[in-house]
Amino acid sequence: MKEIKIVDVTLRDGMHAIRHQYANEKIKEIAIALDKAGVDAIEVSHGDGLAGGSFNYGFGAHTDWDWIAGIKDELKHAKLTTLVIPGIATIDDLKKAHELGVESVRIATHCTEADIAPQHIAAAKELGMDVGGFLMMAHMNPPKELAQQALLMEAAGADCVYVTDSAGALLMDGVVDRIKAFKDVLKPETEIGIHCHHNLSLGVANTIVAMQHGANRLDASLTGMGAGAGNAPLEVLVAVLNKMEVKHNADVYQLMDAAEDLVRPLQERPVRVDRETLSLGYAGVYSSFLLHAERAAKKYGLDTRAILEELGKRNMVGGQEDMIVDVALDMAGANK
Amino acid sequence: MKIKVAIIGSGNIGTDLMIKIIRLSSSLEMSVLVGINTNSDGLARAARLGIETCATGIDGLVKMPIWKEIKIIFDATSAKAHAYNWEIIKQFPNKKMIDLTPAAIGPYLVPPVNFLENLDVPNLNMVTCGGQATIPIVAAVHQVAKVHYGEIVASIASKSAGPGTRANIDEFTETTSAAIEQVGGADRGKAIIILNPAEPPLVMRDTVFTLSEPADKERIRQSIHDMVKAVQSYVPGYQLHQEVQFEDIPESAPVFIEGLGHRHGLKTTVLLQVRGAGHYLPEYAGNLDIMTSAARATAERIVAEGLCNPN
Repeated sequence: MKEIKIVDVTLRDGMHAIRHQYANEKIKEIAIALDKAGVDAIEVSHGDGLAGGSFNYGFGAHTDWDWIAGIKDELKHAKLTTLVIPGIATIDDLKKAHELGVESVRIATHCTEADIAPQHIAAAKELGMDVGGFLMMAHMNPPKELAQQALLMEAAGADCVYVTDSAGALLMDGVVDRIKAFKDVLKPETEIGIHCHHNLSLGVANTIVAMQHGANRLDASLTGMGAGAGNAPLEVLVAVLNKMEVKHNADVYQLMDAAEDLVRPLQERPVRVDRETLSLGYAGVYSSFLLHAERAAKKYGLDTRAILEELGKRNMVGGQEDMIVDVALDMAGANK
Repeated sequence: MKIKVAIIGSGNIGTDLMIKIIRLSSSLEMSVLVGINTNSDGLARAARLGIETCATGIDGLVKMPIWKEIKIIFDATSAKAHAYNWEIIKQFPNKKMIDLTPAAIGPYLVPPVNFLENLDVPNLNMVTCGGQATIPIVAAVHQVAKVHYGEIVASIASKSAGPGTRANIDEFTETTSAAIEQVGGADRGKAIIILNPAEPPLVMRDTVFTLSEPADKERIRQSIHDMVKAVQSYVPGYQLHQEVQFEDIPESAPVFIEGLGHRHGLKTTVLLQVRGAGHYLPEYAGNLDIMTSAARATAERIVAEGLCNPN
């Protein structure tokens, strides 16, 4: 079995939970705590990746460059990582992040659109970076088809390909089938990653079954700080790995402390499974839509769950936050 | 007498443009469709329609007897191929190039915004499909209130994005962003593109957000409605999907925009839909329609303005 690598996403996916409003000092403080606690990689950027700051996704409190600058020098063990979503960020953005010390990048596409990523993957490899391909909304593509998309990313040079359950909609069998399909077609040296959302309370369970079937890069975040009901909570995942006697580099007590002392106090809206976040997983909707849908529901006098379900019915994919107001206006018009 | 035109590129865009010229144009004559693959669907379609074809790219085209009669060349290949094509075509005087790739060698042209500024140059660039759909709206706001920031989101059906678009997605974002500034008038532009694989395919959607100086909302609304009508004159399927939305962004709660810093003012949101005419791909492919319609409108205007020597 390949070495287990724990990838923290508190400072990237966690952005969604607080409208991309981390203060620079907080980013640094949390990154240092994570590094000390032994996580293997720390992802930092706007929730929608580099250059995500926008009306569509929400402007950040700072630029990606301000968030990232200076972090590399503070890290002793963890690799500084970031996210690039082609269509939002460009290769120029990736180069800029690399100049600021970012060593690893995830290149993300919708689970059927991997062929928009090869240029970005190749550019990252040319910079000497470690590259993960990130197939988002993985529940929307069956295992064999998803594995074909993973192959495209591998062929472009990705060191690792992820099953990314952006909607927190996959059940454990669904995760296992996808990981197995990846193993069937990818080269033995290509790593497999798992990125979960906790909308159906399966964040940790799905991560564990993925690992048991060959995933070795495990995404998680402190308190689960992430879009929707959050990601696999890092401190919980590590506790479970300890109970299972799986070898890894992280310290559970330090992570518990960082979760409660540094991260939970930042949450404006609790990151938890509740009516709204459960609806994301249940309807198979992109977790990042949550706060946008709640805002639209308030503005137009609608029910958040109804908006999310309608977005699911219309087959909206990650990045189509503009369609939330569109759906809300349609629904408000129909209610008149 | 009609002006003879050639189209380089026999993919989705080139083929759709060919059909539009054959069916709709009273001033352009479709002469040659140029590809690089004898088996392409586009070249087969052209042959069935009785249009001359050439499967050896620009090098083959310039050796055809009809070449000297061709006055306008549309390039529907890729930004990289366009650079090569233009190196050859610019050696022939009196020929006009209308570039549908994001190469941006020539100045940007968005018909209802800057038709006449640049019409008399040898190489015109049509920005991108998302740019053609959204920059008129940015400009419409800018006509009423200074636009600090213009952002656009283009959502297209996966089936309507050919391999050229997919392999060069950065060129879309970069070219569109630059044109939001240069043509739309925004101090800063940002473009996002999303591919949606839903079945049946979803009709192209475009959303425009602007942050401008505070201004009379009714005047902005009217300016946008007027602009939509202007675009509809050459793309009938272009429409507002919702009424224009406004939000005041107060000085006490500004937004932080990279490159501009903290800004307040008036946020305007415009939700558009672009339904294609269904010429080559079905009507979901509004992204093809708006690009090819803008290029056709531009060529016809060049002819109407007498900027094309028929001899």
